[in-house]
Amino acid sequence: MIPRIYIPGDSGALALGAEKVAKAIARELAERGVEAKIVRNGSRGAYFLEPMVEVATANGRVAYGPVKPTDVKSLFDSGFLTGGHHKRWLGAPDKIPFLAKQTRLTFARCGINDPLSLDAYKSHGGLKGLQNAVAMAPADIVSQVTASGLRGRGGAGFPTGIKWKTVLDTAGDRKYIVCNADEGDSATFADRMIMEGDPFVLIEGMAIAGIATGATKGFVYIRSEYPHAVATMNKAVAIARKAGVLGVNVLGSPNAFDMEIRVGAGAYVCGEETSLLNSLEGKRGVVRAKPPLPAIQGLFGKPTVINNVISLASVPVIMDKGAAFYKDYGMGRSRGTIPIQIAGNVKHGGLFEAAFGMTLGEIVDDIGGGTATGRPVKAVQVGGPLGAYFPRALFDTPFDYEAFAAKDGLIGHAGITVFDDTADMLKQARFAMEFCAIESCGKCTPCRIGSTRGVETIDRLAAGIEPEKNLALVTDLCNTMKFGSLCALGGFTPYPVMSSITHFPEDFKPAPTRVAAE
Amino acid sequence: MTMQLASTEIASRTAAIIQELKGFEGPLLPILHGIQEEFGHVPQDVLPVIAEALNISRAEVHGVVSFYHDFRARPAGRHVLKLCQAEACQSMGSDAVAAKLKQLLGIGFHETTRDGSVTLEPVYCLGLCACAPSAMLDGEVIGRLDDEKLDEIVAEVRS
Repeated sequence: MIPRIYIPGDSGALALGAEKVAKAIARELAERGVEAKIVRNGSRGAYFLEPMVEVATANGRVAYGPVKPTDVKSLFDSGFLTGGHHKRWLGAPDKIPFLAKQTRLTFARCGINDPLSLDAYKSHGGLKGLQNAVAMAPADIVSQVTASGLRGRGGAGFPTGIKWKTVLDTAGDRKYIVCNADEGDSATFADRMIMEGDPFVLIEGMAIAGIATGATKGFVYIRSEYPHAVATMNKAVAIARKAGVLGVNVLGSPNAFDMEIRVGAGAYVCGEETSLLNSLEGKRGVVRAKPPLPAIQGLFGKPTVINNVISLASVPVIMDKGAAFYKDYGMGRSRGTIPIQIAGNVKHGGLFEAAFGMTLGEIVDDIGGGTATGRPVKAVQVGGPLGAYFPRALFDTPFDYEAFAAKDGLIGHAGITVFDDTADMLKQARFAMEFCAIESCGKCTPCRIGSTRGVETIDRLAAGIEPEKNLALVTDLCNTMKFGSLCALGGFTPYPVMSSITHFPEDFKPAPTRVAAE
Repeated sequence: MTMQLASTEIASRTAAIIQELKGFEGPLLPILHGIQEEFGHVPQDVLPVIAEALNISRAEVHGVVSFYHDFRARPAGRHVLKLCQAEACQSMGSDAVAAKLKQLLGIGFHETTRDGSVTLEPVYCLGLCACAPSAMLDGEVIGRLDDEKLDEIVAEVRS
């Protein structure tokens, strides 16, 4: 048997030098005259161990990481092709604590094999969900997704099955499935990882959505900041089409479904579903007023399912193993698993898929291992640039849509950014307003003007000008933005601002006091 | 693509791109991406050509081009360096990284060095949040930026 060496081609791994490692390994193989097959897999998501190289041995996979190009010679000397010991030796990848503690449903295959091998996809349970779906009535597929309790993973948490039912029940000569892959929130990379590491699961989920709702055409709108994901998805769609997974007869059934990959153009607001639809239509990415809901009048005015990547990628396992299987995980009204992305100043950063219900403290301290700098954790921002900053005092909050809402926060797309005690929360609040000003689509006044006035007011606070008056002004402004904006950009920018003010008031005290306090 | 192109040449090359992509549903963004790939920016001269082909007004095309951060009115430098300035990178000191790079290159964000070697841009998230601070140089991703990596980047763009 020719040894197989797995080296991730995921962009996170590439950013940490995976390409150089791959070249060094190929060179070493050639120099030593050793025959081995190099497979470029996705990432399993333990980024603190990337580039993580795996070798398939007679006793299963053995992982090494983080591997530097300079480690390669000694890896060969240590006999790593047969799992030999080395300072980078990690043992069986699924026994690595960070990975062993996870419940991988959506990410079950991600990072294990060549993402573009449809055979590998099938041999690891892929396409079973779609096979079941083509034999079912559309309404039954929708019921199964509804019964699973799956809620939109893009942030809003709207029940996926209900959205699908509206599209199914709305008459239309043409319907669309649109996948929102405009993953612009800082701290989130789950969409990128699945598109780069297991693209067929997204294609399968979209095909199921099409069959369930009577839509025959799908679009994946991927942000331009993700060139690797765009390339992998394009290749995967071509492969799926050739294999009959997409086309006029999906898996040989009478159902037609095909899809296209589209690329955004650097506008954060296009992650908002109605802006995204306008952008796909070739317009400015300006938010639309709702109603009408996209499910009734969406892309080109037709009934449209618009779901996040992870929502769609979670559908195949639900159709394969059943609604009850999926629903069994989780807590309260948050059912199933959620890929939590632990990022920023954290020791063990990466993707951690788990059932809903872990506390924030468990995620940050136990799984994340605290800060990378070794300093105390001051704040964590959950849910991207529109999410609240939580202090340690709220670390007992369970990861659940309702529990976070009750603490004036949100889960969003489940990204967590960890900050150590050097963070200045006034600066973070200012950035939230600044970011909103840069990215506002300009349609509604509270967002367009409020964000700029917010930056100016926080600047006055920082300069110690009439602090009480300006603090009251920011609070009032946040209230206007929260209730007066059309979409989540202006409406949720108050979350990071107000949570900073509420939980870290000392950072908003006038400058002389702040200096004295330090 | 710093050389000046005759507007007739721009028009003919634009027509070819439009012809290829016009059949798409919602073809404007794919066309604009195609044009930027071809010319390195979206020249003013193409706007009426696109407007005519898609039967929309020139103002509508201008509105779309100017809405999106990606589309450039002028060519970029030979290299484009995008530096992530979003929260996850901030937590790992992206402010200091930006300050250092600006100093090393002698330019600010949205600027190009005088020799045309590099354009520096902020970007709000590259999805490399567990490998912060991060950057993208001509489409290549770089994570956990430190002084050594910054020096490598500067050497590469200057070579």
